[in-house]
Amino acid sequence: MKHTHNHQGNCRDLLGQLSDYVDGVLQDELCMELERHISECKNCQIVVDTMKKTIYLYHSTSSNGEIPAGVRSRLFSSLNLEEFLKPE
Amino acid sequence: MDVGELSLEALKTGDRAEFARMVDAYSNQVYRVALKILGDEQDAEDVLQDTFLKALQSLSAFEGRSSISTWLYRIAVNEALMLLRRQKPEIQVVPDEQADEDDFTLVQFVDWCCLPESELLSTEAQVYLEQAVRDLPEKLRLVFILRDMEGLSIHETSEALGLSETAVKTRLLRARLKLREQLSTYYGERLGKEKV
Repeated sequence: MKHTHNHQGNCRDLLGQLSDYVDGVLQDELCMELERHISECKNCQIVVDTMKKTIYLYHSTSSNGEIPAGVRSRLFSSLNLEEFLKPE
Repeated sequence: MDVGELSLEALKTGDRAEFARMVDAYSNQVYRVALKILGDEQDAEDVLQDTFLKALQSLSAFEGRSSISTWLYRIAVNEALMLLRRQKPEIQVVPDEQADEDDFTLVQFVDWCCLPESELLSTEAQVYLEQAVRDLPEKLRLVFILRDMEGLSIHETSEALGLSETAVKTRLLRARLKLREQLSTYYGERLGKEKV
């Protein structure tokens, strides 16, 4: 993985741990190392923040709605389960 | 519905009422994931029906090592992929074979987190978000949909896709980085307009 911004540190290595970090499952020692790094590296801080926001946006816009009634009804029919179809 | 109440034993012995309860409990998630993969309501409905028909046929072989939910996700993903292959047989699996290995360059360092929620989640932005996922290589897209959009754990995602957890993590990171780049381009432009 290339990291194009001008930084002398270990951005590239730390990026490999980004997912675990934003998911809150990165080992303590690595977590401290990463946080120490991003406190001194503005671009990495931006990458972390915008990745968290990216995940948040997708999670919050991901529909948890129910399937349309017609689709549900046709599903039960296709499985010969009409007798078990509860009214919406 | 408390899906924990479903009896695998009853399902395996062909209890139709129990099967109907399973359909009731999981039809939303199956339809939703099919729609996210396929982007078309009619295709998603076809996959929904095929998934439960396949589940009905395969129940006797289901050993319950994964949850029913994960098992159904797996069938649904396979059915959706088969439909895609039928619709576009010219698209091979090969083009994104390198999804795990290809070099990745970060080029966007715009901090757009400060944009208001109304801008981040505008109707136009939501269309962009959907398209950005659709543009991901298939291997990355499936992992991202299950893990970050459907909220499965890494372990459940690996079971649903038949991948190792390491492969899921690698693809998830790639997907997140690619989407972050895409969104940074989009929101960066909005940020520029806002400052003008």
